[in-house]
Amino acid sequence: MQQEKAIAGKASHMAKKGLAAGFPLVLSYVPVAIAFGVVARQSGMNVFDIVMMSVLVYAGAAQFMSVNMMNVGAGALEIVIATFVLNFRHFIMSFSFMNRLRHIEFSKKAPLTLLLTDETFAVSSIHKEEAKKEKGIIFYTVLILSAYISWIFGTIVGALLGDIIPPKLSESMGIALYAMFIGLLVPPVKKEIRLGIIAVIAMILNAFFSQFMASGWSIVLGTIIGGASGIFLIKEAKA
Amino acid sequence: MILLIVIGMSLATMIPRLVPVFIVDRLEFRPWLNRWLAAIPYAALGALIFPGILFVRESSPVAGILGGLFALLLSLFRLNIVLIVIGAILFMYFYPA
Repeated sequence: MQQEKAIAGKASHMAKKGLAAGFPLVLSYVPVAIAFGVVARQSGMNVFDIVMMSVLVYAGAAQFMSVNMMNVGAGALEIVIATFVLNFRHFIMSFSFMNRLRHIEFSKKAPLTLLLTDETFAVSSIHKEEAKKEKGIIFYTVLILSAYISWIFGTIVGALLGDIIPPKLSESMGIALYAMFIGLLVPPVKKEIRLGIIAVIAMILNAFFSQFMASGWSIVLGTIIGGASGIFLIKEAKA
Repeated sequence: MILLIVIGMSLATMIPRLVPVFIVDRLEFRPWLNRWLAAIPYAALGALIFPGILFVRESSPVAGILGGLFALLLSLFRLNIVLIVIGAILFMYFYPA
């Protein structure tokens, strides 16, 4: 009995930590999702299709891109292939994330991979201690679910209230995700400058590759090759 | 018709996300490969920030850079990430042009 209570206590503690870590994600997802809903609605998609896209695809950049492509009359296969190219980076991220959750049961971690985005991956990776703790999986589940729910919620709001949001505000919100990426990167870099070198190498590689290939592939190559510098720059052997 | 595209996009996104969970547990990685995978988050953040940030405001790459520098400044002051996000949005909203 005592033991059960202790476990339940740890679980709710991890859930609270997950909510706290997920709050910045909620805050930056809602406005960007609203912007997506607005843009998609204005391009003529119906509310149901717009919301289903956020539920089933759940990948911001690809969703914006697909609306653009539909507007210029691209074919279905073209859009699906472009989505694959743009989102293939999640394969690499999922690989890195799953390597850290090795000791967690398959049935608990497999669903999380489906909802892995740039942002949930980045926040999960910065909070790497939780992976080793008891009930740590609850931390990641709550974190990832709160991001997913806020993405869907923002999409619904944007699709329904499309015309009320001033364009200047929704454009300014485009900086939200970048601000979050920067806010996530700076604290670990202040502790260990080598991590910043890895990030800068990936930036330069991505800028270079993006000159002559689709941005999806150039992010993938920038991440893989830039990450390879970690073989020499990262001290810890364990992920 | 659009729903079919959405389902195709969903498969194209979800399958690459899911596949690693089937692979990773079956393999034992050498230390150098673990270091590589541990570096992926930082490399990914770098590649996601630049050069994408130049296109936040289509008309002006400088606006994106300044917005990013403002976020950098706030994060150097150890501000909570929520405040960094809000600060950067306000900066972009009031930055002229």
